[in-house]
Amino acid sequence: MQNNQIFINTVRFFILMLLQVIVLNHINLLGYVNPYAYIIFILLFPFDGNKTLLILLSFLLGLCIDMFSDSGGVHAAACVLIGFLRPILLKFSFGVSYQYNAVKLNKVTFKERLLYIILMVSIHHFMLFSLEVFSLSHISLILKSTLFSGIFSTLLILCILLLFKRKEN
Amino acid sequence: MQQIISFFIKNKNFLLFAVLFLISFILTLESHSYHNSKLVSSTNFFSGKIYKVSSSITDYFDLKEQNKSLLEQNSMLLEFQANSTKSRSQKMLDSTLSRNFSFTDAMVINNVYGKTNNHITIDKGHNDSLEVDMGVITSKGLVGIVNKTSGKYARIQSVLNTRSQINAQLKKSKHFGFLTWNTQNPHVVQLTEIPKLAPIAIGDTIITGGNSSIFPKGILVGSIANYTLENNDSYTVDVKLFNDMTNLSHVYVIKNKNKQEIIQLQSNNDAE
Repeated sequence: MQNNQIFINTVRFFILMLLQVIVLNHINLLGYVNPYAYIIFILLFPFDGNKTLLILLSFLLGLCIDMFSDSGGVHAAACVLIGFLRPILLKFSFGVSYQYNAVKLNKVTFKERLLYIILMVSIHHFMLFSLEVFSLSHISLILKSTLFSGIFSTLLILCILLLFKRKEN
Repeated sequence: MQQIISFFIKNKNFLLFAVLFLISFILTLESHSYHNSKLVSSTNFFSGKIYKVSSSITDYFDLKEQNKSLLEQNSMLLEFQANSTKSRSQKMLDSTLSRNFSFTDAMVINNVYGKTNNHITIDKGHNDSLEVDMGVITSKGLVGIVNKTSGKYARIQSVLNTRSQINAQLKKSKHFGFLTWNTQNPHVVQLTEIPKLAPIAIGDTIITGGNSSIFPKGILVGSIANYTLENNDSYTVDVKLFNDMTNLSHVYVIKNKNKQEIIQLQSNNDAE
């Protein structure tokens, strides 16, 4: 990674973390629906970046969120999972050759981008709520939370990405 | 040997993932057992500071509301003082009984109510002699129990937590049960194990029972909104909380001065 990228990713890490714990964790739409937009960090981490580093950073990010929301290790677990699965999901969403074509998230078609975001968000949320509720008898609660929070997060992530789209021409 | 090393290098991402996932899983398990979530919590210096700064900004938005509730409480106390029929000497006589509990005021700096296991962070900790297992209330009613303290901050397990089991009773008949939460609504908690004999009516008041050493008897909890008879011949009662758990600011932490003595006595009984 170049210095510029290191700087951007560090700033993104802290800003997303603060945004999540100070604002987004307190939205409580309909009583319990919160968006989890901090995974933008994992979504946007350079596609050609070091995979080991991404797993480590995902864990750290999740642990920070856990520390603020007193939830043990649920965010850390969900983040590590999507950090680890990201290369597979990238391959699935953008085709096998994503590494060689220098794919960027704001250059692919809307359909591919949406598929990638929805896959990442649903895996993350499902893991998150399964661990948080931690009981099979509440499976409907897990699925309901995953669905509602997932829709909310996906919309919010799309909006944030649209707002901070870099103009490269 | 070389094969083992090359195996590790080849699968380093998966191994790292497995180790980190295991760590977070253990942290999760630990947080699901009462008292033991001590490794990662919002009472540490870093997150406590950030929450304090952010709450010092957002506190300005509901100053009016807070003033109103403090005024209400003041007028209630004045009324109580004016109507108190006991003379001063009588008060002195039973002072050993009534001074068992002392109260410490604190500010809520982080309040979560949208999850299944909710915690509240307040801005006082064991430097202000707060300890684990102290009760927390507001002027309107019950909030929860302290379950972790650091120097300057403490974490409260709120009644909106599926692991909470607070002893409570009907005001008019003394039948007691346990307060639990079914995660559906942050304004309604469930009182379980009320015997079938108990006279229950919608609108009745629920107060804390004196059976635990955490809360004094008679702290207001809420009013009965609905009730159903369960299979095991006991009622499960929906209790509408007097407190608005989604909007907390000033709370009081209750310290029971005789707690050690009570616990010691009870454990002696068990041993015999």
